[in-house]
Amino acid sequence: MNTNKTYSNVQLVSLVALRIIVGWHILYEGVSKLLVPNWTSANFLNESQWILSGMAHWIVSNSAVLNTVDFLNVWGLIAIGLGLILGLFTRTASIAGALLVFVYYLNNAPIIGIEYSVPTEGSYLIVSKTLIEAAALFVLFVFPTGKIIGLDALISRYFNKTK
Amino acid sequence: MTKETNKQPQEKQPSQSRRTVLKALAGIPVLGYFGYELMQKISVDKNKSAGLIKELGLDDLQAPKEITNAADGKLLRIGMIGFGNRATALARALGFASSSKIESMQENGTIKEWQQQDNLNVAIVGICDVFDLHAKKGLEVASCKTPAGNGKPSELPVKRYRTYKEMLQDDSIDAVIVATPDHHHARITTDAVKAGKHVYCEKSIALTEDELNEVYTAVKNSDRVFQLGHQITKNAIFQQAKQIIKKDILGEITLVETTTNRNTASGAWIRNLDANGKPKPGDLNSIDWEQWLGNRPKVPFSLDRYYNWTKFFDYDTGMLGQLFSHEYDAVNQLLRMGIPKSAMASGGIYYWKDNRDIPDTLNVSWEYPERNMTLVYSASLANSRQRGRVFMGHDASMELGGSLSITADNNSTKYKDKIKDGTIDTSSPMVVVNPGSGAIDAVTSATEKYYASRGLMSTVINGKRVDVTHLHVKEWINCIRHGGTTSANIERAFEEGVTILMAQKSYVEKRRTEWDPVLRKIV
Repeated sequence: MNTNKTYSNVQLVSLVALRIIVGWHILYEGVSKLLVPNWTSANFLNESQWILSGMAHWIVSNSAVLNTVDFLNVWGLIAIGLGLILGLFTRTASIAGALLVFVYYLNNAPIIGIEYSVPTEGSYLIVSKTLIEAAALFVLFVFPTGKIIGLDALISRYFNKTK
Repeated sequence: MTKETNKQPQEKQPSQSRRTVLKALAGIPVLGYFGYELMQKISVDKNKSAGLIKELGLDDLQAPKEITNAADGKLLRIGMIGFGNRATALARALGFASSSKIESMQENGTIKEWQQQDNLNVAIVGICDVFDLHAKKGLEVASCKTPAGNGKPSELPVKRYRTYKEMLQDDSIDAVIVATPDHHHARITTDAVKAGKHVYCEKSIALTEDELNEVYTAVKNSDRVFQLGHQITKNAIFQQAKQIIKKDILGEITLVETTTNRNTASGAWIRNLDANGKPKPGDLNSIDWEQWLGNRPKVPFSLDRYYNWTKFFDYDTGMLGQLFSHEYDAVNQLLRMGIPKSAMASGGIYYWKDNRDIPDTLNVSWEYPERNMTLVYSASLANSRQRGRVFMGHDASMELGGSLSITADNNSTKYKDKIKDGTIDTSSPMVVVNPGSGAIDAVTSATEKYYASRGLMSTVINGKRVDVTHLHVKEWINCIRHGGTTSANIERAFEEGVTILMAQKSYVEKRRTEWDPVLRKIV
């Protein structure tokens, strides 16, 4: 894919603002889980009813797998959040974030006929905020900004110099 | 807009490089701001939670003390009288399971939890059951090659006894576990302590006043250790509830509501068919029917009576003995209200219209005028809407189940100011004890509030999980070896027995019953 993008100032500011806002949310999702003693994804996974429910219930039923998933989840969220805010490995962070958030969506999708015991704070039909966030992350992957505003600029400069 | 463009940097002039560096570091101040806000949030949450917890005096809630030396001493030789489903669970709590059970525990992932159970240094050396099939199962479990807690199988042989009296006469048995149908409990316990055995007896203790008095006197006059099967109080939640009651968080408690909510055939004690709808095994050749009936009226052999004995007043008091007994024990362990002054029960057979004696819908209230308190039991076998076990005080209510939550009362005197200034919200719990983490939290987030109200906090599985029946058996064994009093001792059992029999009499005789403390008699 051609990453040699040219943006107008407004486009750039909008994309970077989106990147930082989404990054902020994802970083806090990770940090807040870290702060809750004995946090586990089991409650969330137990609610899974759609196409990933089999996998979700397998994870919950196996404590070693659950611990690993919990660990990767928390630190994955933190790493992705930091990457987006700092513009560090931005494209990797964006696509990893898009995939991770999309998995959350699949486990908790507002599909007709599926009811979750956890109430939602809005009204959703197929599309939920989670899906929108996954889409936003995909947009950030397609329109990367890390090499313009972000630590990726320094990295790419370092590599260009050493070439 | 199109005039000014931003290009990903390829090659830069030196003058541009400073700008590039500045742009590259643009995220750092954002991160700094994030860190600042995070610290603020943590400190605000902490103050809010800690402030309330501290003010309520709950910051030093202690986890229950663990018994560590229950296994010290000589091998304890145990005989099991009655080997149905409950006995299988009790044997597992002692550390013994059949090979098929071990396999299924391996499959469902609970094996580790069981293996980590303490080795109690006991051997099951005797099995007594009137049904050959159950006895055979008992012998297999007792001969378990890989007991929990890295135990070694004892070298001792496991013997089947045809009658419980035969087992009680055998000096090679130190203690017995009674898990028969209820109509045998009092008689076997009485004979067992007289024969010098320690006794762990399943609830309920007795079906008549005479039997209750007899077993009470026998246990009181002996030095043997008695424990009634109410493992529910070994839950850490109960220990914490005890401290909450002691600290008077709820204010004056005038009403305690306990419930049973079940809506299945098995829950209504129709258990004579297997999963495929076929009759379960058993006939006069494999079941010693005379012995099963004991001192109850002679009736022809019936699989219905054998498997569904709870339905009949000859063998049980139904929901009172099977389910309310646990409720009563939970409340009595916390409030120590003992024997009520009066009981009034009403109900009927409204849904399960088979040959049963026991009601499927039952409401009872017991009065404790000296304690200014009423205990209520509302039970249904035809509706499973979850109603909790609630302690209602002037200042707050405590719901005690798999998790514990306290909600302040709208018209509380104690919390009046806090409710007014918004520190306490009366529409949701103000304190929750989460059994998963063992920690106590003031409820601050919406998610927590939600999980608390649904009891979902209790599904958190982390750290070591322990079977409460194991802890209850362990307490009994510890008292046998090192002395001390069991929590479900004969005094508690007597109070419970009287409470249940008052309600039973009230239901059967359709009148209010009272306890005469001088004559020690239900009138």
